[in-house]
Parts: sequence; C-alpha cells; structure tokens
Amino acid sequence: MSIKIFVPQDSAALALGADVVAENVLIEAKRRGIDVTLVRNGSRGMLWLEPLVEVQTADGRMAYGPVGPEDIAGLFEANFHLGGAHTLGLGLTEEIDYLKRQERLTFARVGITDPLSLADYLALSGFQGLHKALTMAPTEIVQEVTESGLRGRGGAAFPTGIKWKTVLGTAAAQKYVVCNADEGDSGTFADRMIMEGDPFVLIEGMTIAAVAVGATQGYIYVRSEYPQAISVLNKAIDIARQGGYLGSDILGSGKAFELEVRKAAGSYVCGEETAMLESIEGKRGIVRSKPPLPAISGLFGKPTVINNVISLASVPIILDRGAAFYKDYGMGRSRGTLPFQLAGNIRQGGLIEKAFGVTLRELMVDYGGGSASGRPIKAVQVGGPLGTYLPESQWDTPLDYEAYMAMGAVVGHGGIVVHDDTADLAKLARYAMKFCAIESCGKCTPCRIGATRGVEVMDKIIANQDRPAQIELLRDLCDTMLNGSMCAMGGMTPYPVLSALEHFSQDFAQAVHEETVAGEHHV
Amino acid sequence: MNPAFIHQQVAKIIEQHRLRPGALLPVLHGIQDELGFIPSESVIQISLALNLSRAEVHGVITFYHHFHTTPPARHSIQVCRAEACQSMGGENLAEHVAQRIDERAAGLYDVHPVYCLGLCANAPALMIDEVLHARVTPEKFDRLINALGAHS
Ligand SMILES: Cc1cc2nc3c(=O)[nH]c(=O)nc-3n(C[C@H](O)[C@H](O)[C@H](O)COP(=O)(O)O)c2cc1C
Ligand code: SF4
Ligand code: FES
Repeated sequence: MSIKIFVPQDSAALALGADVVAENVLIEAKRRGIDVTLVRNGSRGMLWLEPLVEVQTADGRMAYGPVGPEDIAGLFEANFHLGGAHTLGLGLTEEIDYLKRQERLTFARVGITDPLSLADYLALSGFQGLHKALTMAPTEIVQEVTESGLRGRGGAAFPTGIKWKTVLGTAAAQKYVVCNADEGDSGTFADRMIMEGDPFVLIEGMTIAAVAVGATQGYIYVRSEYPQAISVLNKAIDIARQGGYLGSDILGSGKAFELEVRKAAGSYVCGEETAMLESIEGKRGIVRSKPPLPAISGLFGKPTVINNVISLASVPIILDRGAAFYKDYGMGRSRGTLPFQLAGNIRQGGLIEKAFGVTLRELMVDYGGGSASGRPIKAVQVGGPLGTYLPESQWDTPLDYEAYMAMGAVVGHGGIVVHDDTADLAKLARYAMKFCAIESCGKCTPCRIGATRGVEVMDKIIANQDRPAQIELLRDLCDTMLNGSMCAMGGMTPYPVLSALEHFSQDFAQAVHEETVAGEHHV
Repeated sequence: MNPAFIHQQVAKIIEQHRLRPGALLPVLHGIQDELGFIPSESVIQISLALNLSRAEVHGVITFYHHFHTTPPARHSIQVCRAEACQSMGGENLAEHVAQRIDERAAGLYDVHPVYCLGLCANAPALMIDEVLHARVTPEKFDRLINALGAHS
C-alpha cells in the first residue's frame, strides 16, 4: 500500500526549502522502491519546525522537523515512512502540545488537508455551512452571523452581522463582496495561511456572504507580495466553479456568484477598505471620505460587503455549527477565537488559534518558549505597525478588544511581534513615523506632513539636539495626527510612538548616552 | 527593447483585460509581468485604450511601489525592513546585502526594501526573483547570491 507523506507548500515552508525536501522524498523513495504518495499540505502553523514533514501511520500522522533536504536519506534509513524513530521525530502531530492546546475553528483544516483537494475539504465538513445557508432566508443568515458575535478580524473589530445587514437592506441591482487580503501588517500571516492552506473555506465564506446580502460578484484583493496565495486561490476558484460551488447556479439554488482575484501593487494603505476599493476600480489608493459607508455605496458605487480573510473564513463554521457554538468561545464582547500570530524574536513562532482571553505572557512563554535570542523580552508590539508597544507590566491583560482598548492598545489582526532587550524603542518609534511617511496616501495634512515632520523630530531626539523641546514637539505632533487624520494610518501611527516614549523613555535618554559615548570614541 | 515589439505586447495585454471593470491594475501587472517594467511610452497607449487621461495612468503607476518604469536589473532582491525582521537582525542583513551588492557590477541586481513578506515567524526574510527565503543570515545570503551567479 502506498505511504502518504506530507510536505507543506505554505510560503513559510517553501522559504525554508520545502520544495527540495519534497523532491528528495520522491527521489529517495524511488531509489528504495518504496511506494509513496506525496501530499503538499498547508502548514500546521508550528513555523519554527518548518519544513515539517508528516507520515500517515495506523496510529495517526507522525511529525518530523525541521527537515532539511540533506535529512531525507537518514529519515528513510530510520524507517520514518513507517513512523520510525529519528532525532527529528516529534511524535504524533496532534499530540504536540503547541497544537493540542489550541482551539482551531477557523483553522480546523489548515495543515491537515491538501488545499486543492475538494474531496479532502468535503470530508472535513467542507461546504456544510453553505448548504445550510442555502436553506435559510437572507435575514436568517445575517441574524446567525450577528448572534455569533463575530467582529471584523481585519483590525477595526466591527460586528460582521451588522455590516451585512446594511448591505442586505440597501436595494441595488448589483452588489459586491470584497475580501480584504492585503495583510500588510508586520507580524501577520494568518490570511496567507488560510489562502494557501484552505482556500475553499474562504470561497465558502464569501459565497455565504453573497447569498446573505444578494451579491453576485466577489473580489479577493491579495497583496502582490503573496504570489503563492494568489496561485492557490486561482486554482481553488476554478475547482469550486467546476464543482458547482461558484457560477450562475450555486448548487442548483438558482443563485449566482462569481469570484475573481485582484492583485494589489505594494501599497500598505490599500489595506484601508476605501483605498482598496479605489485600487480595485483601477485608481490610486487614496482613502475616501466617509460617509457614504461602503455598505451603502462601495465598489463602483454599489453596496459592498468588505471583510477580512479571517472574518469570512470564520463564517462557514458559524453556519455549520450554529451561532451558539461559536459564541461559546471567548470573553466579554470578544466572541469566538482569533488566530494569534507569534513573530519576531521568539523561539517558537507560529500560528496559535485560541479563544479571546488568553494573555500575551501565555502566548510568548507557554507557546513561544521565550525569545529566540535567549535574552529577556523587552517590548511586544501587538496589532501591526499601528499597534502599541507593550511593556512587561501589560503582558497579563487578557487579549480582548475592550480590555486592550482600556489600556490604549489594540488587538487588531492578532499579530504579535516580540523584541528582546537589544531593541531600541526610539529607533522603532522613528521607524513608525518613517513607515507612515512612506505609506501615507497623502489625502490629509496631519498624516502626509505630520509623519515627515515626525521623522525629523525623532532624528533630533536620537541625535540629542534640544531633546526636551523636541519631545514636547513630538507629543504635539502625535496629538495632531491622532485627532486630525482621516483614517487610522495617520490616526494610529502615534500609538507605537507614544507607547514607546511612555514605557521605554530610557531609550529616548539612552540615545543621548550612546551619542556621547560614540562621540568620546572619536576623540 | 524595440518600440514596435513593446507596442504589440502592450496591445495584446490591454486586449486581454480591457473589458474587466477596473482594468488598469490588471493591465499594468500584465505589462510588468511580460516586459519586466512599464515603459513610459506605453502610457499613451493605455490611456487611449481604457479611455483615461495620461495623467491618471501616470498617477497610478507612480502611486504603487510595485510598478517600475525603468528596465529592471537581471535579478531583483527585496529585503524585508519591517518590525519582525528588524527584531531578528534584519537591519544588519539589509546592510550586508547593500554592501555585498555594491561590490558587484551594477545593473545585475536591483535591491528594494519591502515591508513584510508574511514570513515574520521565520525572520529575517527576503525575496530573490519571486523566490522567498526565511531565516536569512549574511552567510546564507552569500550562498544564495553565489548560487545565482553560477546560473546567470
Ligand atoms: C492603513 C490601514 C491598513 C489596513 N490594512 C488592512 C489589511 O491589510 N487587511 C484587512 O483586512 N484590513 C485592513 N485594514 C482595515 C480595513 O480598513 C477594514 O476595517 C477591514 O478590511 C474590514 O473587514 P473586517 O470587518 O472583516 O475586519 C486597514 C486599515 C487601515 C487604516
Ligand atoms: S491619514 Fe494618511 S493614509 Fe489616511 S487618509 Fe489621511 S493621508 Fe491618507
Ligand atoms: S516583517 Fe519581515 S516578513 Fe514580516
């Protein structure tokens, strides 16, 4: 009987040589006359172990990793294809603590299935949510999503059901569903892992959204930095169309929905929903003023549902298992789970899907195993480049939208970037301003001019020129950006800057110290 | 590149996408994928075909970091400069790349910053000609570049 061996085709695995590993598995198996079926699965999300190779045994899937191309001969020598012991052996995949302690709802299939196998998808409850939705009235679907408590996973945490209700209630001959897959935040890769590892769940979620609001055309706006995701999505859309899950008559329901991938072009601000609409319309990614809401007048002026990849990919399980099931996870007004993405200077980085309420410390210590460098962790940025830097005193606050807001932080898209004690928060604050200056769409002055001024001011602070006055100026500038910007790009850039200043003021002073020391060296 | 050839290629790509709503970005991607850059002389052609002003087309090309209007070097190197990579020595790597490429013939490599490649748990990361590389040390980068040299 043929032996099933899994080598991920997720970008993270590919970037660590997974293609050569896969090739070597086939070569070595052939050389030894072993009948092997190679499956290119998504990633399990234990990214420090990539490429993570798995073997199907009678007891379950056995994991080995991280596997390099040079390890394959030795693995076969140790009979790993029969589950044999080897120094890279990790035991049964499902029993690995990191994975076992997660609550995988949205990511239930990622890493397990062949992302482009419709049969795999169907075998693990695929398209059950859509089948259910097709038996329901549009208002009932919207009601189910509202009751689940699902809030937008793209950053703003707006209730998904309420957004859909507005689109449903706005009469129009043409409506759209747009998936925001621009995922520009440093420290995030959950959208990418869904698109590469379980594209059908996104297609299903978008189709349910379309059926709920009466949309017939959908777009997935994917960043150009994700070529693998684009390629997998395009193939999955073709397969879904052939299977009758997309097209002019979805599963014989008489309802139509077409889906198209649109490639972005390397602009962070195009992740902002109205800039994204402009971009899909073929224009510069300039933020639109609101109102009108995109739900009323969105893409090409038509009512449009805009949701993040994770929001949409969470919809099928909500429809399949019911709102109550999903809502049972989480705390307060943050219901369900969030795929946290542990990144940066962390020993065991990866994707951890957990119910809201888990703390940063649990994620970084229990899952992450501390810093990669082995040095003390100093600052953690949560929620992408516009998120705050959290000092240790804030690591025990539960990850919950309201609890984070209460301390002036954001959960955002769930990206967690860890910095050890060599990090210089003055430099990171300068970077935040620089990033805003590079990516600003230019529509409003506080952001366009403010960010450029912010870089100059940070340069002076770092160079110890008139420091107290410059820090005063920085605060003023941040105040103007916070209150006067049209969108969160300019409006939230002060978050990382001010939190760095607030909690790591020694770095703003240390910059002075280093300057003096360096100066002395030159004498 | 010969102007007639460019004109013909651009016409072909425009034809493929012309009827799509919001065709401009797909057209620009198509041209850059085919020719490696967006020749400035194609702006008129695009604006006529899509019924846009030249200023609009030019504005879109310059707005997006991804599009280039000059022919690319033989290899492109995109080094991630975002926070997660910074936390793992990304700035040192970027410096090393700049130095290392400086030593070599110009015109062979284009080095661009990029802000996150989605490999943040395996930082620092970079992309060489559409191929991603994670956990890149200066030594690993040298190996990658040497291998490239051997093939180019
Ligand atoms: C500068 C900026 C960048 C953004 N980038 C993204 C992004 O990459 N992906 C995303 O889903 N939302 C992003 N957002 C949030 C979107 O504007 C919007 O809130 C979201 O797509 C709505 O979907 P959701 O309700 O499912 O979260 C960004 C917002 C701003 C201001
Ligand atoms: S805050 Fe910045 S990105 Fe947002 S609209 Fe103003 S200029 Fe554009
Ligand atoms: S920050 Fe460099 S890959 Fe994400």
